[in-house]
Amino acid sequence: MGNNISLTLKVWRQNDAQDKGRYESYKLEAVSVDSSFLEMMDILNEQLVNEGKEPVAFDHDCREGICGMCSLYINGRPHGPDDDVTTCQLHMRKFKDGETITIEPWRSAGFPVIKDLIVNRNAFDTIIAAGGYTSVSTGGVPDANALPISKIDADEAMDAASCIGCGACVATCKNGSAMLFVSAKVSHLALLPQGKVEAARRAKNMVAKMDELGFGNCTNTGACEVECPKGVSISNIARLNREFLSAKFKD
Amino acid sequence: MGTFFGSSIGKKFVMSISGLFLVVFLIVHLAINLLLLVPDGGETFNAAANFMALPAIKFGLQPVLALGFIVHIIYAAIITLQNNKARGSAKYASGNKTKDVMWASKNMFVLGATVFAFLAVHIYQFFVPLQITHSAPELASGGHDTYTLVANALTCIPTVVFYVIGSLGLALHLTHGFWSAFQTVGASNNIWRKRWTVIGTVFAWVVGLAFSAIAIAMYFIGSCGGCN
Ligand code: HEM
Ligand code: SF4
Ligand code: FES
Repeated sequence: MGNNISLTLKVWRQNDAQDKGRYESYKLEAVSVDSSFLEMMDILNEQLVNEGKEPVAFDHDCREGICGMCSLYINGRPHGPDDDVTTCQLHMRKFKDGETITIEPWRSAGFPVIKDLIVNRNAFDTIIAAGGYTSVSTGGVPDANALPISKIDADEAMDAASCIGCGACVATCKNGSAMLFVSAKVSHLALLPQGKVEAARRAKNMVAKMDELGFGNCTNTGACEVECPKGVSISNIARLNREFLSAKFKD
Repeated sequence: MGTFFGSSIGKKFVMSISGLFLVVFLIVHLAINLLLLVPDGGETFNAAANFMALPAIKFGLQPVLALGFIVHIIYAAIITLQNNKARGSAKYASGNKTKDVMWASKNMFVLGATVFAFLAVHIYQFFVPLQITHSAPELASGGHDTYTLVANALTCIPTVVFYVIGSLGLALHLTHGFWSAFQTVGASNNIWRKRWTVIGTVFAWVVGLAFSAIAIAMYFIGSCGGCN
């Protein structure tokens, strides 16, 4: 079958957070190149269940690239060899017949492994809870032109808001830094009038929480931007630096 | 909420400002070194070098420069250690194949250490005889004959090679460091990032190659060959 490929998978298996973990190899015959990477994982798990073995645990939810649940570090890159897509949108046509695919969890001190390929990304929620919101009362729907926002700001805010919180930026960063994520969350609010009220406090609190949770110091390697499935730009990191520094200097 | 200097961005701010300060120092240093090439037997260079040894500069500016280096190096060590910890001990079996990441940006500490190794030898060769032991040759008109000191040092091939390696390490450090410093203080966006990168790359290689060229030129100008 020209449309099918056979694969060897080298998968990280780890029983729980305390377990040391190990790699295990599995063979898959006749995987359709039209299937998605997660469908391939489903096929693997079905095979494992049929053999009476424990299936591989991995994160996923929407499977359409919008929820940020899927992860997986595939052949040296978070979200695999394709650019600007999440693992759930990665297709098997990106792989060759007979290829060995290494599948690992995100590895970073801020994201401890829970089981197999699932890591604990609660740290991101904790950072959001530290200030990634606006606390104005919303009231009724405002008039469209009551609060003018420039097209440039609206576009940049929208681009920053496209961050789905997957953590690929941390996974690829040699410094284990969460700056791309935090800068996206600070930027999409800082650019809009509704977010300006709490801008200074937000930048300070979110950065403090990020540091407290043990993420690294950004040295601007730019790897995060390359691996971000949503193409969030490191210009947001410059904005976060600006927001944070001016907030601190005002104190 | 933590102190400014304890925060990640605060620490990066210190790296950035101290780094940019060292960049300014480099410009002054390079300008004076270029005078070595004025073909007057070192008269102009010696005048500039002796000016830099005036008490106001020696006791006013030198401590600031030393502090700049010390702060930059201490923060570099802190940041690098914390980042290794944040990365965690578990490594990726499949390595990191992220494309388009500049090699220099991932090796700033190693490149900085190269610059530091160079700096140590450099201080021993020139700064110590000129400003501490005063064992450097004297001019008849008073002051040190720095030109002869430099010319003699650079008659030795290993020294020249060492200087070229130090200069090129510095160039690589700055191909990333220059634009990174502006990103860190927030003076960057999608347009300015490209501008700072171009300016920084040109600056880094002009500085690195100019220092190298001066060292090589002094080797060929120098008459009394050989190491001693
Ligand atoms: C003349 C000497 C030097 C100059 C002009 C210089 C310049 C710079 C600049 C401009 C930056 C960027 C700061 C930022 O990103 O915010 C930087 C970063 C850095 N430097 Fe230096 N530096 C020098 C020597 C050193 C030395 C001796 C070391 C350490 C052994 C060092 C280690 C580092 C490290 C680890 C970084 C952080 C990487 C980064 O943030 O991108 N540097 N340097
Ligand atoms: S910035 Fe990009 S890579 Fe990082 S969490 Fe958001 S979507 Fe994922
Ligand atoms: S499963 Fe929702 S983004 Fe991949």
